[in-house]
Amino acid sequence: MTDNLSDQQLEQRETEFQQRIDAEEKIEPKDWMPEKYRQNLIRQMSQHAHSEVIGMQPEGNWITRAPTLHRKAILLAKVQDEGGHGLYLYSAAETLGISREELIASLHSGSAKYASIFNYPTLSWADIGAIGWLVDGAAICNQVSLQRTSYGPYSRGMVRICKEESFHQRQGYHIMMTLARGSAEQKEMAQDALNRFWWPSLMMFGPHDADSVHSAQSMKWKIKRQSNDELRQKFVDQSVKQAEVIELELPDPDLKWNEERGHYDFGEIDWEEFKRSMTGGGPCSRQRLAHNIQAHDDGAWVREAMRAYESKKREAKDQAVA
Amino acid sequence: MSEHMQLFEVFIRSRRGLDHKHVGSLHAEAHAQALEYARDVYTRRSEGVSIWVVKSADIVASQEADCESFYDPLDDKPYRHATHYQLPEEVDSM
Repeated sequence: MTDNLSDQQLEQRETEFQQRIDAEEKIEPKDWMPEKYRQNLIRQMSQHAHSEVIGMQPEGNWITRAPTLHRKAILLAKVQDEGGHGLYLYSAAETLGISREELIASLHSGSAKYASIFNYPTLSWADIGAIGWLVDGAAICNQVSLQRTSYGPYSRGMVRICKEESFHQRQGYHIMMTLARGSAEQKEMAQDALNRFWWPSLMMFGPHDADSVHSAQSMKWKIKRQSNDELRQKFVDQSVKQAEVIELELPDPDLKWNEERGHYDFGEIDWEEFKRSMTGGGPCSRQRLAHNIQAHDDGAWVREAMRAYESKKREAKDQAVA
Repeated sequence: MSEHMQLFEVFIRSRRGLDHKHVGSLHAEAHAQALEYARDVYTRRSEGVSIWVVKSADIVASQEADCESFYDPLDDKPYRHATHYQLPEEVDSM
């Protein structure tokens, strides 16, 4: 679209675009936008969509083994929601002129990323509690902020998703609370899950602001509204109280209230582990991707059958008319 | 065939960032004409920044009379709501 513009016209458009952003106006699909804004959004939104869909796997792992029928029904409903969130986000990304096929292909080729947290295994039932409480809790911090993102379809998708997410976090916390108040063994299970999921949850906010490749430009374009470090701090601050109430301990010896800052200080993340997990070296990375590819391939006959059925119906209708 | 032209449904986005919302319908020969009519009829007082027109015949709608059976599988799942989970007061804002 920008092909026929002179440099001067392009600069003029970019200035107007930035003014619109600065005035807190949303950008809508048919508006002119810098190519890099479009690319940056596709990257972030597809990464977000892939995370929702890949995230169905670690939780899906416990559907058949949930401790009660009630918990099983809840978990089914939650995993179903995640699939729905993936759909909202893929559809919103498609308004930027990229096809669903292209999005899925870049997930499968490994060129698109998803949240590294889903590369960790769910070893016990308590992990389902930890994921709801912490992983969804961290996602909510991020998504509440993204409700104010500059791209209209993304922003509206986030509003819808946030409305549905609060049940996810509450059901997870409820699982943790029930275990923490149960037998000594159950409490230990809850603590163990917290120990394993706490640091990966902090990694969900991404690298430090100073090390984040896309952050500065994304903030200027208001694709992101709060920085990685700001959101991470908010998450730590809210989690401390929540852990206290159910008498579990956050696994960080450096965690301490800082009166001067009005926030909790906390220890440094193991960034080597983050990098490993992000680039396919997480404990379950290969399994997650292989499973998604297989599910996609196994579903091919369903898509084909639907197409065949529709075209048969059309033929029958055409014949009736003729 | 009606002697009127085709029916179109009109949707207006009142402000950037909001969804297009259905405002009414009108008759027109084709999409481009429908868009101009919609502008003349539905946005005389700067009601919108963007208009969608859709042929009414292209809209497929569920019927309210079918609610009971159509939504039946969704109605008995109170655990889909945040309020289903009783949490201690200190953390209840979650």
